Amino acid sequence: MKKTLKFAAYAAILAILPFATGLAFGKTWVRILDFALLYVMLALGLNIVVGFAGLLDLGYVAFFAVGAYCYALLASPHFGLHLPFWIILPIGAFAAGIFGMLLGAPTLRLRGDYLAIVTLGFGEIIRIFLNNLDTPYNITGGPQGIDLIDPIRLGSFSLNQPTSHTVYSYYFLFLLFALATAFVSMRLQHSRIGRAWAAIREDEIAAEAMGINTRNIKLLAFAMGASFGGLSGGLFAGFEGFVSPESFTLTESIMILSMVVLGGMGHIRGVIFGAILLSILPEALRYVGPLEQSLFGRIVVDPSSLRMLLFGLSLILVMLLRPAGLWPSPARKRELLAHGETAKHENANIYDAGR
Amino acid sequence: MDTFLQQLINGIVLGSIYSLVALGYTLVYGIMGLINFAHGDIVMVGAMVTLTVARLLADSGLPGPVILGIGVLTAIPACMAVGYLVERIAYRPLRNAPRLAPLITAIGVSILLQNLAMMIWGREYLSFPQIFPAQTMAVGGASISTIQFLIIVSSAIMMAGLSRLIRKTRLGNAMRATAQNPEIATLMGVHVNTIISITFVLGSALAAVAGMMVSAYYGIAHYDMGFILGLKAFTAAVLGGIGNIEGAMLGGLLLGIIESMGAGYLGTLTGGVMGSNYQDAFAFFVLILVLVFRPSGLLGERVGERP
Amino acid sequence: MTILRPLLVAMAAIFLAGCAKQKPGSEFVVKIGSVAPLTGPQSHLGKDNDNGVRLAADEINASGLVIGGKKAKIEILSEDDQADPRTATIVAQKLVDEGVNGVVGHFNSGTSIPASRIYSDAGIPQISPSATATTYTGQGFETTFRVVTNDRQQGAALAKFAMDTLHAKTVAVIDDRTAYGQGIADEFEKDAKADGAALVAHEFTSDHATDFTAILTSIKGKNPDLIFYGGMDAQAGPMMKQMRNLGMKMAFLGADGSKSPEFIKLAGTAAEGAYASAPGLPLDKMPGGKAFVEKFTAKYGKIQLYSPYSFDATMALVNAMKQAGSTDPARYLPVLSKIKMDGVTGPISFDSKGDIMHGAVTLYQVRNGSWTALP
Repeated sequence: MKKTLKFAAYAAILAILPFATGLAFGKTWVRILDFALLYVMLALGLNIVVGFAGLLDLGYVAFFAVGAYCYALLASPHFGLHLPFWIILPIGAFAAGIFGMLLGAPTLRLRGDYLAIVTLGFGEIIRIFLNNLDTPYNITGGPQGIDLIDPIRLGSFSLNQPTSHTVYSYYFLFLLFALATAFVSMRLQHSRIGRAWAAIREDEIAAEAMGINTRNIKLLAFAMGASFGGLSGGLFAGFEGFVSPESFTLTESIMILSMVVLGGMGHIRGVIFGAILLSILPEALRYVGPLEQSLFGRIVVDPSSLRMLLFGLSLILVMLLRPAGLWPSPARKRELLAHGETAKHENANIYDAGR
Repeated sequence: MDTFLQQLINGIVLGSIYSLVALGYTLVYGIMGLINFAHGDIVMVGAMVTLTVARLLADSGLPGPVILGIGVLTAIPACMAVGYLVERIAYRPLRNAPRLAPLITAIGVSILLQNLAMMIWGREYLSFPQIFPAQTMAVGGASISTIQFLIIVSSAIMMAGLSRLIRKTRLGNAMRATAQNPEIATLMGVHVNTIISITFVLGSALAAVAGMMVSAYYGIAHYDMGFILGLKAFTAAVLGGIGNIEGAMLGGLLLGIIESMGAGYLGTLTGGVMGSNYQDAFAFFVLILVLVFRPSGLLGERVGERP
Repeated sequence: MTILRPLLVAMAAIFLAGCAKQKPGSEFVVKIGSVAPLTGPQSHLGKDNDNGVRLAADEINASGLVIGGKKAKIEILSEDDQADPRTATIVAQKLVDEGVNGVVGHFNSGTSIPASRIYSDAGIPQISPSATATTYTGQGFETTFRVVTNDRQQGAALAKFAMDTLHAKTVAVIDDRTAYGQGIADEFEKDAKADGAALVAHEFTSDHATDFTAILTSIKGKNPDLIFYGGMDAQAGPMMKQMRNLGMKMAFLGADGSKSPEFIKLAGTAAEGAYASAPGLPLDKMPGGKAFVEKFTAKYGKIQLYSPYSFDATMALVNAMKQAGSTDPARYLPVLSKIKMDGVTGPISFDSKGDIMHGAVTLYQVRNGSWTALP
């Protein structure tokens, strides 16, 4: 009984939240909430790769891009195709998953730091290709991007009509997908696959010795994480109506990684918290400008410099003081604390040349 | 043939700059096992400081090389200070933490440095004052400018000097010992913490010189210029074999030449399908290829051998 | 349950905040949004746009504004879109929420386009002072306008200049792979080829690049009469410098993104002799031009690039409101589409798509360290 009550309370809060926010702060903030939900999905996806399997991916935004462009190509005047979203989203997720495996395949033997750089390289390569595949055949629209993308439609009901309620409609759609993503994450974590990931994360050699096919498990981590990104990308394209390579930069990848790390790597609730925090904070800091103006009569510190400054500072501080994240799971906290046995053991591997 | 030669020269100059920056990466990685993402931003600091000094002295009537010299002599201590602070405050406490933590911290430091630079120097591209006459010498059918020549020569000198330092001096011995096994090194009387700090500071000094070169050569400096440069230099270090001094030099030169040639000839090679618009992807392609087929790099990794 | 309580508290706080929000005042305020990248590498140009808007607003307020028989005051809401498409949609939504009556912006084509959908859905007129991509007005929205010539018009004028005045027979094109740079470069290339020029090379760079030696060397080997660059001053300047350092003496032609004081600063002495275009007529040829230059420089310093256009855009919005006797977008939008007025950049009227009619393009050359208009 108590559980049902709790559940109902959460559901009620989530349902009322957009309207309360809209009334209190304006529709802009509902739009920001919508983006926050997209980031929650992205962070959960990356969490599978980084948090569950322990593979550092610095090019995650590429999968977001794949999903977004899939949607754009299949539901816009660009090729003249207008498939419904419930067909395109799985295609986008699947395509992203394939890319995830393509990324994973050559990196299986690489150590943490190298893996990070290679994934970063992949992310950049995909962005550059997206930016340039408009000659000789115009596939991606190049720097101009793809415009006039169909909004998401349920039958004859388009989420973009009426225009005053767009942000609310999309909120509920995104909420649905975010909840589903979180649910799938939780089930994965406690499944055999999830335990295999945990085994690889903690000690790959031992896991291999225990009979875990590390190669396949790693590829699976990349594929699953990527497909979440692809799903989120498709939703983004339908929401924005416009995609261009400028939205898929390295900075985005770092931002998503920060959400996972700051929130609490491997801890689903922590990751969600991190995603929401880092989506809302930069926007909240936008108001620092006028605040400074009213307090000091002039702008002392430029708000956007301040924003990135605080961001960089927070990354450093969290790593120094709370390396397991702001909301870690108790198990991971033990694992990630600097004095742990795991850390010492891992550091011994620095001297493994050419593994 | 002239174009080829010119592209080669351009590539060697670019490569010399990459080598210098790569050396800093490789030194730090060899001794700490850490990819210092912020290294490229220390180069940026060097570039900005040099540019500021050059601007202040541009009308003083001093000859070009002297202004540059003063600029670099100001930049080196500045970068060394930044490097030291970063190591002490952000990296040292994480000496025993799992790999991920210092990596994330390094990203944080990079962002911090970039934004501090933005607040100090502004967001615009800053131009380097014209203190060098645009003289060129003819080499074959190509031309090489004074500053290009200076870069190649001073890079080579510095790398030779560093190599000597590592191999022949007590400090160099201590650095290599620490890289191999810090615990045993401590037992042998090496102050590991000090050595690590010195390595960091040395890397930062090299970064300062690289920064001076970049701002003088391209004529501009910008708070954003460090990160990508650092990334490419890291690619160069990996290409040559991380932890390996000669590897960093070789990797840097090779990468510079590959990039230059790639940008120049990719269009011709692919029949116009891919052109110089893919030049940035080139460095990453190279990196991935190297890591897949020869993960220890061309000259082999030397991150300390197993006892 | 440990999270439920703080969550409930947060909800209550949000509700209270909503109740506590001030009711709008009863003054008649006309809100005009001004959006541009106020931070980042293009901030000097973004701020310039913003200053143009403010100059117009201050002038209008100083001379007393009356709309529909009532006294009114213009309030400018400046927003920073950081030249990022996603941020652009967020700030667009923000402005719509704050009930702006019109928007001058955005700066880049890549941001104006996604934002235009939001303004169009809300019925709010948007005049861009600097977005030149043809797609911007090609989306079929009623609310998109621009006071600057689009890429097609500019490209054609540039090609004509290259062929007829500079007598270039072979050209090389470089673009920076942004929506703006690629757009103008492609238009130029198309028109130049149609006019009979031979294209020897089309190279690429990016809007963060500093090293152009590789592509320039490649072009040098093909020895064209002219190099055209589609991109911004931050790259054009260093590119010019490196060109001359490589001993390349051919003509350099840029588009409006290059025609700024920043270009001259970055290229140094190498800037001498470079050509570029700018939409509209030169300021000193326009009746209000000289006065504008004086007023602007007194208040904000050197004119960077598009401030005269953002000034005109603001004037256009307000004039339309005055003529319609209302600040309600639904009422003054039809008047705006048919407006005929004289701005500092030239006569202002819009065609059916929202592009400026009879848009002029002027060619300039750097002479003695500053941009001089060519007859």
